[in-house]
Amino acid sequence: MATSKTLGESLRQHGVSRRGFLKFCAATASMMALPPTMAPAIAKALEQARRPSVIWLSFQECTGCTESLTRSFSPTVENLIFDVISLDYHHTLQAAAGDAAEHAREQAMTLNAGEYLVVVDGSLPGPRANPGYSTIAGISNYEMLMETIEGAAAVVAVGTCAAFGGLPKANPNPTGAVSVQDLVKHKPVINVSGCPPVPMVITGVLAQFLTFGTLPELDEHGRPRAFFGQSIHDRCYRRPFYDKGRFAETFDDEGAKAGWCLYRLGCKGPMTYNACATMKWNGGTSWPIEAGYPCLGCSEPDFWDAGRFYKSLSVPTGAPGDLLVTAGAVGAAVGVGAGLMSRQQSKHAVERHDTVTADQLEETL
Amino acid sequence: MATFADIPIRIEQPDAEPQQFGHAVPILNEIRHALARLAEQGETTRIDLGAMPFGPGDEARLMALLGQGEVAAQVDALGPTRIWETRFAGVWVLDYANVDGERIALQIEVDEVPQMLRAPRADMTDSLAALDAALVSAAADPAADPAAKSRH
Ligand code: SF4
Ligand code: SF4
Repeated sequence: MATSKTLGESLRQHGVSRRGFLKFCAATASMMALPPTMAPAIAKALEQARRPSVIWLSFQECTGCTESLTRSFSPTVENLIFDVISLDYHHTLQAAAGDAAEHAREQAMTLNAGEYLVVVDGSLPGPRANPGYSTIAGISNYEMLMETIEGAAAVVAVGTCAAFGGLPKANPNPTGAVSVQDLVKHKPVINVSGCPPVPMVITGVLAQFLTFGTLPELDEHGRPRAFFGQSIHDRCYRRPFYDKGRFAETFDDEGAKAGWCLYRLGCKGPMTYNACATMKWNGGTSWPIEAGYPCLGCSEPDFWDAGRFYKSLSVPTGAPGDLLVTAGAVGAAVGVGAGLMSRQQSKHAVERHDTVTADQLEETL
Repeated sequence: MATFADIPIRIEQPDAEPQQFGHAVPILNEIRHALARLAEQGETTRIDLGAMPFGPGDEARLMALLGQGEVAAQVDALGPTRIWETRFAGVWVLDYANVDGERIALQIEVDEVPQMLRAPRADMTDSLAALDAALVSAAADPAADPAAKSRH
């Protein structure tokens, strides 16, 4: 349960020195995508912060988001989980099971009414869908979500499934899956999309709430701007090659070996907003494009239905798509504009829900 | 705990020039501006290299350009933090690692002395009390004080 001890007290009790605390704050600033000069302000706020209670609900998901979270760096995540946040309910990480687990959730809701955070991973069958597609302890996902958010301060939808419906919602959406924001209208919803999201982004959002007690500024898809404010393409280290019109054409040609742009191998970087290019994966080791693999656009709504992964910006057919391919081919002439344009197209594609055949895609190349 | 470094993999790179993605020199320019602000107005700067879109080789190139100066230190608090002055006086690199030795942040600090190396004022107040307590216990138990013993 949440304790009344402040984080400063709790850390000192664990023998963390002031220099250690300063380091924790420097890492936290970096994690929150804040300038390092914010570290003293973070230190001041964290010193007084109290552990918020977190209830984590897992619905139609693959546990990849939790896997991602637990791959976040120590000490940050371990402190977050054990010292900083009070994770009162999480199927995968909690020891309790069955009635005892459900009891823990109800107790956390009562004790922290109005103050706890609800984190959701996975989409859920909507109110008109058959609830039998996904239940926990005999309670439908829909019922559990609506009951749990009642006393919540905010809801964090972790992963593209919770944020936008993700894989379960992909055409033909057999379970009638919807996203959290489709259902939650009277509480703030923060979307931390990605399939899975970058672990430091998950902890960064929780750290922001913990540090400043405020919710982050969000973009048009309800995602924190600090992490989703720039496209993969805008921050991609291969961008100079894009600008010069140098593209790998296959996964093993000379261009691929020389680290050229992966646009023509299907990179969705220009239409994708996420923090991979700077925060990277596996503790900052690398990220998909650095490994020679095009971005799939996993943090964008309906990316599963946006066409094939290895076809150059596989938005559906039509003039805008052709234009975009041209944009990629001439590189520098359009630069950033391509990202904006493709994002718009992706939106139209989603609205129209056009299907694309392999032949049509070939024609666009 | 197993770390990535423990996984026995061998990376085979084709024989080629080290890759250059050209992201080191712009940072060096940023550092140049920061150093000018420190020298002229005493304004300090911190740059989070984790927020830079580095490609393979860019960080190594930046570090090679910065080089190593006269001072190096390590702070052991929540895992090691390696700190060194670059060959440009006033430009420091701070490489923060967690208890498993994995990097959690990499920063450039442009300052006379990095903040992390200064003794926190609150720690000095605590130390004063600890030092007083050490003096009191030394006076109360001369047997435990080797200097006192030799005087007998
Ligand atoms: S298209 Fe992809 S690989 Fe090319 S610069 Fe943009 S994000 Fe990087
Ligand atoms: S590079 Fe693209 S597809 Fe890969 S994790 Fe990042 S946003 Fe998702």
